[in-house]
Order: sequence, then structure tokens, then C-alpha cells
Amino acid sequence: MIRLDPKRSQNIAFAILLIVTILIIVPVLLIIGVIVKEGYSAITWEFLTGMPKDGMRGGGILPAIVGTLSIVTCAICITLPIGVLAAIYLNEYAKDNLLTRIIKLSIVNLAGVPSVVYGLFGLGLFVMLLKFGVSIIAGALTLSIMELPVIITTSRQALNSVPYSFREASLSLGVSRWQTIAHVVLPNALPGIMTGAILSIARISGETAPILFTAAAFYVPRLPHSVFDQVMALPYHLYIISTQIPNMPKNITYGTALVLLVMVLTMSLTAIVTRYYFRKRKKW
Amino acid sequence: MRKGFDKFIEKAIFACGLLAIVFVALIFIFLLIEGGSFFKEFSFLSFLSGKYWYPTSTPAQFGILALIAGSFVVTLGATVVAVPLGVMAALYIAEVAPAGIKDILKSGVELLAAIPSVVIGFIGMVTIVPLIRTTFNLSTGLSAFSGALMLAFMAMPTIVSISEDAIRAVPWAYKEGALALGATKWQTMYRIVIPAALPGIIAAVMLGIGRVIGETMAVMMITGNAAAIPQSLFDPVRTMTATIAAEMGETVKESSHYHALFAIGLVLFIITFTINFIADTYLRKVKK
Repeated sequence: MIRLDPKRSQNIAFAILLIVTILIIVPVLLIIGVIVKEGYSAITWEFLTGMPKDGMRGGGILPAIVGTLSIVTCAICITLPIGVLAAIYLNEYAKDNLLTRIIKLSIVNLAGVPSVVYGLFGLGLFVMLLKFGVSIIAGALTLSIMELPVIITTSRQALNSVPYSFREASLSLGVSRWQTIAHVVLPNALPGIMTGAILSIARISGETAPILFTAAAFYVPRLPHSVFDQVMALPYHLYIISTQIPNMPKNITYGTALVLLVMVLTMSLTAIVTRYYFRKRKKW
Repeated sequence: MRKGFDKFIEKAIFACGLLAIVFVALIFIFLLIEGGSFFKEFSFLSFLSGKYWYPTSTPAQFGILALIAGSFVVTLGATVVAVPLGVMAALYIAEVAPAGIKDILKSGVELLAAIPSVVIGFIGMVTIVPLIRTTFNLSTGLSAFSGALMLAFMAMPTIVSISEDAIRAVPWAYKEGALALGATKWQTMYRIVIPAALPGIIAAVMLGIGRVIGETMAVMMITGNAAAIPQSLFDPVRTMTATIAAEMGETVKESSHYHALFAIGLVLFIITFTINFIADTYLRKVKK
């Protein structure tokens, strides 16, 4: 067997690693590129602000946009305060005992439950048992439970990155524990918490399976009036028009995908850039 | 007054801390009750080992073996593709890439994680599916293979970012020791860094698998949804997740079919719970 010169085998190995990495990143750009290129022509003012027509084959997607925005707004309003408080408990109060271990294990498992199982749970609890019906609030509650572990984890990292000396300084001045958290720890952790929240909003905007049986409607030609209304949702609408409707004009499907993608990616990019900015600015 | 408020808010914080346990328990109990009533009429064994899923014919047949096989084939295929590629990319990002490029690559992986699965499914339908049909000369490109490819892609962010964390967590002293003995950077990587990061990499793989098994929309759009045990990788298959998503909308509430779908949910919950538990055990090793 020929033994390769170590330097040379390193070069070969690094080249292979680089190629593999490119192989993963390039399709991401291709997906975005294709959707922008094919969907661009569909984006008009009428498309963004009109009602669907001709069995979804024409008109606009306003009810789907409004539906998704209402579900997501409700969901984040529910999950953010709860998640941040839970993170405060874990990071500032919890002792290293069995209860804390069980909480952490629950969070890990909550994060791993398949999205469609959340859908089942939401159907059973919110739609059927609590009789909310298929509605914005049922979908939002389902999504808020699904997003809870993510909010807790990111908020906890943010709290954890605030140096311990900050707390000691405040506590040594006789400030109570909660006052220290509220006035010293939380403000310093805020950028991290907000980035996590924005990423969560992006993620739940694109979720389909949890709202399939809890909030989404095939076709509602009007805007929602209350949280107990059934709504159209952008991701579900994309699923419907790309699989269930024959002779669907291609550019409308791509246009819908583009609107969803732009919504989700702008939020993710904002979060990524904000985090990068604050990380650089941080002085400790 | 202030003291009273402090006490109240600290109680609220404790309550929120407990909520994660409450929700996991609630989900499990719900699946157990709703899925459990299915097993009053049908045996658990024939549910798991039955080959035929005909929920709407008379008499209805509820065997999920074909669905389990569908999930298994797609997951296995995705894992085989995603694990080596994902770990290699993690190595490159953590150890080789120059600082500026590292940030760009990491953002790219994060963008991939942000693309909704329904968009991936749609793109798969218009690109991969026709490509596979013509390349392998099949009657339909909607197959386990197409699904596995798309899922491999979707599992990538999980595998890459968690492996990368594990690789970066390897103490500097290990690498310095190897480099000081004259090993090249690459020799250090595969002799020292990879073995040291292995528990974390295993956790990354487990979490990636968990993600793939639970994936619903893209799978439903790409794999062809045929509830039969696949004979080859190029057969259409139907996964457990896709079955729930596709059929729940049309079932009569409280019917056997409705409860059977909850029973599938229960099976999925138990599988992902086990996988996450294993992953968590390995992650704990990394932290030590």
C-alpha cells in the first residue's frame, strides 16, 4: 500500500470537507433562487391584498397572510412570557436537584415531539375538550406549546451569558433577588432573548402540521373577526395549491411560496444579524 | 408591598418552570386516552404487526406495519446520506474554515433550518421528483428515495450545528498535545478531535434522526403516500406522520379511525421520546 504524505493527505481531506460543505450550502441558495425567479412575476399589489378567486387559481392570498399573522402573533404573545419566566427559573432559581433534571429532560423531549403530534394534541385538548373549535386561538395555543422549549432554551442561554459578577454587585447593595433579575440581569439578556423570539416567530410562521386540524381552513373568503374564527394560513395554502388543486397556474404557487419564504427568511436574517451585532458589541 | 409582589412573581416563575413537565405529561396522557380507546376494540399486536391499513373499508383494517416500514425506510435512507455529510461539514466549519467564511457558512446552515418544510416539500415536488423519475426510469418519482434525499437535507442543520458544538468543545490541550508531537492538523482531527467529540456527534445524529421521523409535510408531499410495505427504495411509501396528517381531517370524530390515528401518534411519541432520551444522555457526557 502506498502511504500518502501526511501533508498531502491533509490537503485532500480538507478539499473533500470543503466540497461537502458547499454541497450543503449551495442547494439552500438554489432553492431561494428558484422560488424568487419563478415567483417574482406573481407578486403584484392585487396578489398581496386580494381574495382568492376561481377555486384558488387566481386572485390574491390576503386571507392566508392575515391568517398566518394572527395565529403567529397570538402564539408568540402566549409563549414568550411563559418561556422567559421558565428560563429565569431554570437559570436563576433552580437548584441542581431531581426536579430540575426532570424539567430539563421534559424540555428536551418537548422539543423532540413531532409537529403532527402537537397537532393531534391541540385537536384533542383545545378543539375538542375545551371546545374552542378549529380556530386561531386553538392553533396559536398548539404552536405556543410547541415553541416553548425553543424559547426557554434560547432565553436561558441569554440569561446565562450575563456575568455572575453583575448579580453579585446588585445583591451586595441589598437589592432583592427578583429586583436584581428585573433590573440587572434581564436588560442585559434582552438582545439574546429577542433574537430567540424572532427566530421562533420565523419558525412557527412556516409550520403546517400543528395547525392542520386546529386552525387552518381550506378556503375562507373573508378576514377573521375574532380569535375563534377559522382562518386560511400561508403554509397550509401552499400545501393545498401545490398538491390538491389540478391545473394550478405555476406562478401563483411559486408566488405563494415566495411570500412565505420572504416572511420567514427576513425574520431569520434579522435575528442572525442582530445576534452577530450584539455579540461584537458586548464588552464582557 | 414590594415584598408581596416579589413573592408573587417568584411563585409565577416557579409555576412556569414546571410547565414543561406539565405539557409533556399532558401530551402523553392525551395520546394515551385517545389512542388507548382504540385498543379496547382492536388488539395492540395486530395494530403493530398488521400489514394492511384500510381504515375506511368494511371491515376496516388498522395494521400499521406498512407505515412503520415507510417511516423506517425513509429515515434510514436520510440518515445514511445526512450523517457523513453533516459531520464532515461540521468538521470543516469548526476546524478548517477561516473566521470570516465560518460565519457565512453558519448563517447558511441556519437559513436552511428556517425554510419551512412545506416549501422544501414543494421544491422537492418540482425538482427532485421529476429528476428521479427520469434518471431511474420509474413510473413515478414520488418514492422513498426522493423523500430520503429531501429529509437528509432537512436534518442537516440539526446534525451540523450540534456536531459543530461538540467538536468545538474538545479541549485545546488535546489538540496542542497532538500538534506538538508533530501530527498534522488533519491527523489531529481524525485521531484526536473526532474520538473526543464522539458522544456529542452521536447525540447530533440521534436528534437528526428524531427530526426525520417526525417530519410531516415534506414527506407527505414527496413520498407518494402508498400504504404498502416497500419492496425497494424506489417504491412510493407512506410514513406514520403523513398518515395522521392526511387522514385526520376526514375522519369522523370519536370513530375507530380517529382513535387509530391517535394510537399512531402515541407510537411516534414513544419513539421520539426514546431517541431524545438517548441523545440527552450523550449530551450530558459531553458537558462533563
